[in-house]
Amino acid sequence: MAEELADQPIGVAEFAFSAEQQQLRTAVRKFCADNNAEATVRRLMESPVRFDRAVWRRLGSELGVLGMSVPEADGGVGGSLVDQAVAVEEFGAALACGPLFGTVYLAIPALVAAPAGPARDELLAALVEGDRTAAFAVPDSAGVFLPESLTVTAGGSGADVTLTGTVNQVVDGDAADAILFAANGSEGLGLYLVDPAASGVQRTPLVTLDLTRPQATVVLDSAPARRIAGGEDADRVINHALQVGAALLAVEQVGAAQHLLDLSVEYAKSRLQFGRQIGSFQAIKHKLADMLVDLEHARSTAYHAVWALTYGTDDPALAASIAQATCSAAFSRIAADSIQVLGGIGFTWEHQAHLYFKRAATDAALLGSAEQHRSRVADLVLDNAVGHSGAVPVATGRP
Amino acid sequence: MSTVADGDRVAELAQKVVAEHDPKQVPVAEFLGACYDAGLSWVHFPEGLGGLGASRGLQAVADTILQGAGGPVPLGLNPMGYGMAAPTVREHAHSDDIKKFFLRPLATTEDIWCQLFSEPGAGSDLAGLATSAVRDGSGDGDWIINGQKVWTSLAHKARWGLLLARTDPDAPKHKGLTYFVLDMHAPGVETRPLRQMTGQAEFNEVYITDARIPDIHRLGGVGDGWRVAMTTLMNERSALGASGSRRGGGAISDAVQLWASRPDRHTPVLRDRLTGLWLRAEAQRLTSERSRAAATTTGGPGPEGSIGKMVGAELNQKIYEFCMDLLGPEGLLYHSYSMYGQNAGTGDWRGPVQQRYLRSRANTIEGGTSEVMRNILGERVLGLPGDLRADAGMPWKEVPRG
Repeated sequence: MAEELADQPIGVAEFAFSAEQQQLRTAVRKFCADNNAEATVRRLMESPVRFDRAVWRRLGSELGVLGMSVPEADGGVGGSLVDQAVAVEEFGAALACGPLFGTVYLAIPALVAAPAGPARDELLAALVEGDRTAAFAVPDSAGVFLPESLTVTAGGSGADVTLTGTVNQVVDGDAADAILFAANGSEGLGLYLVDPAASGVQRTPLVTLDLTRPQATVVLDSAPARRIAGGEDADRVINHALQVGAALLAVEQVGAAQHLLDLSVEYAKSRLQFGRQIGSFQAIKHKLADMLVDLEHARSTAYHAVWALTYGTDDPALAASIAQATCSAAFSRIAADSIQVLGGIGFTWEHQAHLYFKRAATDAALLGSAEQHRSRVADLVLDNAVGHSGAVPVATGRP
Repeated sequence: MSTVADGDRVAELAQKVVAEHDPKQVPVAEFLGACYDAGLSWVHFPEGLGGLGASRGLQAVADTILQGAGGPVPLGLNPMGYGMAAPTVREHAHSDDIKKFFLRPLATTEDIWCQLFSEPGAGSDLAGLATSAVRDGSGDGDWIINGQKVWTSLAHKARWGLLLARTDPDAPKHKGLTYFVLDMHAPGVETRPLRQMTGQAEFNEVYITDARIPDIHRLGGVGDGWRVAMTTLMNERSALGASGSRRGGGAISDAVQLWASRPDRHTPVLRDRLTGLWLRAEAQRLTSERSRAAATTTGGPGPEGSIGKMVGAELNQKIYEFCMDLLGPEGLLYHSYSMYGQNAGTGDWRGPVQQRYLRSRANTIEGGTSEVMRNILGERVLGLPGDLRADAGMPWKEVPRG
């Protein structure tokens, strides 16, 4: 599968998916149906480790879908971010269990962008294979690196560098085999790799709204660390990872929202009240039509961001913010409206709707809320707009 | 499925047309006639009928070259002709001779077309229309038309009208309709301007009294008018929905321009509102791009056309509401309610922003109300069941009207 994707032409037209990408979609969907059914999700979300390491390893080594845009020289398949996005959309639809956010959306893109070196190369290869997992403990504001809010400092230098500080709410930090931290120290800003099993690292798993996306507080007390990138390089690597992460998160939102719309439409066709299918009532039908519009808009913006990051068809920062502003709002609304269409059954623990509703709330808050990204879009688009007086005629009351 | 070779051929033909008939030099009709003869009017139409039998998505290749050289946007010159009549004539006219007879003057815009669908008693429930078509004599005579049509844009300029009329009042409403091309210059066809809330008269009422149509100007079978009309409407919606593919283009550019030129009226709340509108416009623009990419491989207007029409209409209204709120008391002024020549001062047929604001109220009604569009998305795209109908299976003449 993955090998076929490696040989695609570069720079294909926006929104044109290849036959190989369709096959990839089918393959990931089938894998999720076999290994990530709802019963499995429910079992894992209440287990101490929220995913199945054996299944995760198969995703990496057998399907090759954890690091699809990683160059072959770095142990990847040399596909594109579009390939990765297609797989992520299916993971989103199935609420696939595993540290996708920390590993696939953030750590792998960061390592790909980071300069080669033993620590980076070894970890990247292991993440791509699914042998290890990672979390990305770097503060951001709406998906942009915020160096001024760093809570971790680096001491020492070279091989003896250690990190001290606390990072709250590290997504996938509970079970990660490696955690990336940004820290300031005598060597300036750096992106560092910490082994959570080392002395001086204490992590406390948190009870999360969305049980399928775990978080932990990580406290570092002179924990040994290795520098992955420094200075301007670190800034660039982190912001690249945050942009890729925002785009992949948007695609995940699209996959999950599509699943909910399908579920709601099926229910509206089969549920009878007043002797009719409830989908024949316009109050329900129009709500579902609006959900469809939001979903199609979300899909367009998410893949536009992916294309922008892959082929440079647009400013990646703007495209990522457009996608996050649109997809976070769309998934949240679709999740809420799905529960409304489902009625009472949609409010039960037994029904899967709440799992997606909680994921919607979580995804909306991660890497910047819809409102934060909207604010960014305003900064980028409106505040630079130039008005030509008379470009839009305004009537003056005089004929 | 289009190939690179098809795209190259289209580009080559377009460049040839531009070289031999410079659109900046020759009359519009000559240029568009050359486009038709080269098969570039509708590249997906058959050869000899203004097309090349190519994939629909390749139209953009031709248009980019033709319009890039200064050629007109034909949809703007003959909107009903290009948007609705051409696909319907191509698919349903009796013979290639009739198709050619209609299509070439349509393409050159020498013959303007209009659409005679809506009636005072039949809006969203179009299939309930009452204009009658009765065969003269025993079987092969002309059709004699009587009735009233409304909201007909360009009727006063049109040579031909796409007419939906009832040929069997005893059949259920959808089954008794037949589709014709009406000669707008025929005796018994009277066009009157219909004044709208902007003060202008963009539309007309058309009164038809004993007007005659030869049977060869029928499109599709007798009683098959509804199915034929669906060709027209799907194309109308995709035509109305497919606009402005440049980021920030279309109506949203009015709002952004106005915003940028009135810093004195900025507030954070208005800024947030405008950003929300900009994002919606951008998401819709990208969705249209995505549907264009899909059309290259699948052909035919898809559900995205219905999304575009509905979103565009509602967005237009919100955009001009925003403009009015930004202007404040200035928005309370108007240029003129005289029925003609209102736009002389602005050089833009849409008039000043206050007129655009009033005009936008029609957007969610014309070409399918937003309520009907949501039904279409629900039923045709999502596969939801139809609403219960009080007139199901009833002969048309027994359906209550009012």
